[in-house]
Amino acid sequence: MITLGHMLTLSAVLFALSVAGIFINRRNVLLLLMCIELMLLAANYNFIAFSRYLGNIDGQIFVFFILTVAAAESAIGLAILVVLFRERRSINVEDLNTLRG
Amino acid sequence: MINPALNESTLTLASLAPAITEIALATGICAVLMFDVFAGRTWRYLTHGLTLVVLAICAWLTLSVGAVATRTVLFDGLYVADKLGVFLKLAALMATALCLFYSQHYLDRRRIHGGEYDILAMTALLGISVLISANNLLTVYLGVELLSLSLYALVAFDRDSGIAAEAAIKYFVLGAIASGALLYGMSMLYGLTGTLSLDKLALVSASHGAGFVIAVAFIVVAVAFKFGAVPFHMWVPDVYHGAPSSVALLIATAPKLASFALVMRLLVYGLGADPVLWVQMLTALAVLSLLLGNILAIAQTNIRRMLAYSAIANVGFILLGFVTADTAGYRAALSYTLVYVLTTLGSFGVLLLAARSDGEADELDDFKGLGTRDPLLALLMLGLMLSTAGVPPLVGFWAKLWIIQALLHTHHLGLAILAVLVSVIGAYYYLRVIWYMYFDAGREQTPIPRQAGTRLALGLNTLAVLALGLLPNVLLSLCERLIGAP
Amino acid sequence: MNPQLLLAIPLLPLAAAIIAGLAGKLIGRTGAALITIAGVAAACVLSVQVLWALLHGAPPWNAPVYTWLVSDNVSMQVGFLVDRLTALMMVVVTFVSLCVHVYTMGYMRDDPGYQRFFAYISLFTFSMLMLVMANNFMQLFFGWEAVGVVSYLLIGFWYTRPSAIFANLKAFLVNRVGDFGFLLGIAGVLYYTGSLDYQTAFSWAPGIAARTMTILPGHAWSAMTVICICLFIGAMGKSAQVPLHVWLPDSMEGPTPISALIHAATMVTAGIFMVARMSPLFEYSDTALSFVMVIGATTALFMGFLGIINNDIKRVVAYSTLSQLGYMTVALGVSAYSVAIFHLMTHAFFKALLFLTAGAVIVAMHHEQDMRKMGGLRHRMPLTYWTSVIGALALIGTPFFSGFYSKDALIEAVGESHRYGASYAYFCVVAGVFVTAFYTFRMIFMTFHGEERLDHHAKEHFHDVGWDMKGPLVALAIPSLLIGFFTIEPVLFNGYFGSAIRVLERNDVVAEIGREFHGAANFALHSVLSLPLYLAIAGVVSAWYLVLKRPALATSIQQRFSWLYRLLDNKYYFDWFNENVLARSSRALGYGLWRGGDQAIIDGVLVNGSAGAVGWFAGVARALQSGFLYSYAFWMIVGLVMLLGWFLVRL
Repeated sequence: MITLGHMLTLSAVLFALSVAGIFINRRNVLLLLMCIELMLLAANYNFIAFSRYLGNIDGQIFVFFILTVAAAESAIGLAILVVLFRERRSINVEDLNTLRG
Repeated sequence: MINPALNESTLTLASLAPAITEIALATGICAVLMFDVFAGRTWRYLTHGLTLVVLAICAWLTLSVGAVATRTVLFDGLYVADKLGVFLKLAALMATALCLFYSQHYLDRRRIHGGEYDILAMTALLGISVLISANNLLTVYLGVELLSLSLYALVAFDRDSGIAAEAAIKYFVLGAIASGALLYGMSMLYGLTGTLSLDKLALVSASHGAGFVIAVAFIVVAVAFKFGAVPFHMWVPDVYHGAPSSVALLIATAPKLASFALVMRLLVYGLGADPVLWVQMLTALAVLSLLLGNILAIAQTNIRRMLAYSAIANVGFILLGFVTADTAGYRAALSYTLVYVLTTLGSFGVLLLAARSDGEADELDDFKGLGTRDPLLALLMLGLMLSTAGVPPLVGFWAKLWIIQALLHTHHLGLAILAVLVSVIGAYYYLRVIWYMYFDAGREQTPIPRQAGTRLALGLNTLAVLALGLLPNVLLSLCERLIGAP
Repeated sequence: MNPQLLLAIPLLPLAAAIIAGLAGKLIGRTGAALITIAGVAAACVLSVQVLWALLHGAPPWNAPVYTWLVSDNVSMQVGFLVDRLTALMMVVVTFVSLCVHVYTMGYMRDDPGYQRFFAYISLFTFSMLMLVMANNFMQLFFGWEAVGVVSYLLIGFWYTRPSAIFANLKAFLVNRVGDFGFLLGIAGVLYYTGSLDYQTAFSWAPGIAARTMTILPGHAWSAMTVICICLFIGAMGKSAQVPLHVWLPDSMEGPTPISALIHAATMVTAGIFMVARMSPLFEYSDTALSFVMVIGATTALFMGFLGIINNDIKRVVAYSTLSQLGYMTVALGVSAYSVAIFHLMTHAFFKALLFLTAGAVIVAMHHEQDMRKMGGLRHRMPLTYWTSVIGALALIGTPFFSGFYSKDALIEAVGESHRYGASYAYFCVVAGVFVTAFYTFRMIFMTFHGEERLDHHAKEHFHDVGWDMKGPLVALAIPSLLIGFFTIEPVLFNGYFGSAIRVLERNDVVAEIGREFHGAANFALHSVLSLPLYLAIAGVVSAWYLVLKRPALATSIQQRFSWLYRLLDNKYYFDWFNENVLARSSRALGYGLWRGGDQAIIDGVLVNGSAGAVGWFAGVARALQSGFLYSYAFWMIVGLVMLLGWFLVRL
């Protein structure tokens, strides 16, 4: 039987994967955006699991908001990415080190 | 919160009055947006003025309609209005208006002034307002996101600047991680307590299980990121450096009020039943911020990076106020935040006006010889830097003193000594700016634009720093009225 | 006394400073000079009146004038405590300041910053008056910082000279160290007494003395000792005691009137005044007083040595100031506070006189300060010569001169003391007499006697100074000569200070001397039987022998003892230590944290280490740069994990 513990573990794994993806990935900024999506999904999964477990609808409503905001967030992220590419001709994470110190 | 029996009869127009700031601001944003779209080239220069008018109207409405005498809860508990909230909103409105006013000339000179700039600043302000009035985890999240998304876009506003785009993408990615952490923490909190309402969370006597620790740690990470506390500070120097100076000014000021509100609502109120955990976490972050911020600031040659590290160090001070976990400490943190915002507005304002002929003034060297090049600006900068360094009788001194007093009262002797010590280190790099202005000959000889209006505003801003220093009781009694006894 | 009168004393110079500073161009050079002189003269007359009233039985004034802020029952206010100690300081400060104001008219005649200079020195007078008149620690600290700020401004007055700027920064940084101690001391007082008011704090003194605090685990410290040592560290910065003395010689980069007013007569004695004012606290800690005494004795002797080898006329006087400040500090350390203040007063007159005569010589020589290029000037400027001889005789303690009374009383007081370390202090102050006499008369002989060594330029442009500069010399020479004779008895032995200075009975060395005191003339005659007089004579004679009679011998001694000469020439390597060890290591710390912490460890070791050993070498190479998004993210995750780990482990 799948218990709350299993679901929380899954979401924790998803969260950890997304975090690892962010700092191990050295190539493409696009991958970073995907990892961020994954991170939000981990939180969503948590909310849904708890909502179901507690029999309380609030968590699921929260998820709708998160999904909406995540869409806006992706839009802005991609827009910034386009500007970046136009200026630098590269979306390589390793090229992003003009600002340092 | 989701009450199926949402009683329509209780929702009258009059009952919405406490939320007038957000309503007016949202309406104003739409109006300015429409104006900017349909005004055409000939009339578009009016957008900026219109924005300032909208902000003024919002402030007036907040004072006349929105001022509440007691704590009022709206929208089925999602939204709260109280004296602290009203005041913080007014302060944020004022700070944003001043930012826009100071930036006008700078943006024109760099030819990046568009209506979107003003609109994004206003949406950021709306996010700040929502955050200030949040009484539910959902409202907190929406406020944080509205603020952050507007700021990401603003950082990348100069489409022809490579470093701005780089700063924006860094800010965006790290900010998204912080949001993820915030959500994860909130979900854990929701799972443990079964509620999203801060009112109900405040009543739940917190458990000490591992789940609670995880929830608090994740939320503290997000809060620390918004504040820019070490080790979640890495975005601060890059964004201050990469973004256009006017955007750095905006990020350095009004959002600090939002961060303060975030801590007050989420940690002090929502998790107030058991403060030990987050207090200890904030202590660690405060100590790290004070040390690292001050030490790294010394090594900077770029004044914006220096101000960024200085911001980190000042955040350390604000967090020290929360460490005491009593009203005196919160008051001290509030006054420190206000003073910091006021002083930073001034010093960035000078920075914007003193820009080089190619549009920026961000190397410390650009300030060499300012004392002879423009005595008035140099004098203002002198006052502001001395205040930030904590030299009496300027207000920065009192802000630091109250924090230290609050620490001593709660027997945090070690932290108080640390605070004094880092203030001494910090004085060095503020004084270095004064040094450059008055004792070094500058290369840059182009006269600084007159801009009488901006100069007047900057002068009043600096005068306020001096006046509050001479009459600290004004600030003190204000903070006492806003944050009452528990 | 009424509060209006007392308020007028500091506010008149302040008003004059504001007018001269802001409207300098409007009122012109003469206007600025006249208005500031009028302000200080009025303050001086009023101070004398206050002292007169106190001497004729008026009770001390102690009340707040303006309350600034009351927070947590701690009230921060401007208030005046005017007793005889304060009144004496007020008269000394305003009188010397007045002389310096008048003198400045001549000294700065050709300087473009004329009005600015007058504004600064009047502002200084205001700050110093606020400092001495304070009745609470808050105002004391305000005055303390304000005199410091004006002093930095004046050291860097000629801000186009790099050496002036360096000296200015040095003075600032060194004083920060002292101020840090001072603030801690004030915080300690506030912590234990809950008040910043002098009277309240003093009334708590016996209570604090009984308490202990633990700084290092296992070692309980007397709270009073910690507070007093912290306060004294502040005094060490301001009054230039070893090892915080390094800024004072460099401060001679400022114009000479400033050296006379701030770096000899008044500001540097603020530390002495402060300790005397705090005597009700210091009396309860023998350890702190021993500390004070040893530091003072070391300064008195070892800074004197440095004067011997210097050839810059102002620096010789500066080292002599350091040494004399050491003498005063020793007096404080043996609980002879009244003697310290007495020496402070006589020293203010004769040291200001010596500085002003040095300034007159410098002006006459067209801004030449090297004594090797002077010589024989007594014929060219007789009045300056005679006044500086009076100053020199007072400094070395010639009987009947003012310096004699204060110095001999001081040495006797040290001799009477049984405090731990008193024998070391006694040795230092007695040996110091010889050293003082030697360098003082070496300076007089090199400058005014022997053959003229002026170069062509100086000879051609030589002109004696005018009466605007000679007047103050005479005005200062009179008290340098006479004031000791007339005031020693009333000030030291007739209970002049009353309750202003508190000395516990077992520490009261001044009363010991008083028992053997039979009038000022007798005191002077009695010195024939004591060692210091002969040491002073020996000093003068050896200076004469080495400078005038056999100059070649001096050179050969210098060569024979070249290691000693190098040690002195490098000022015991204090500056070297500060610049190469302290300054460099703190810079290295900042750099190292950035380079090592951020770049090498996080990027180089942690991130890439976890990413696998394969990319490790490449990672180290890359690690020399930062600004990478993933390392930022990694920081955040490390922070999160630390928070989680720390608190989960503690569950």
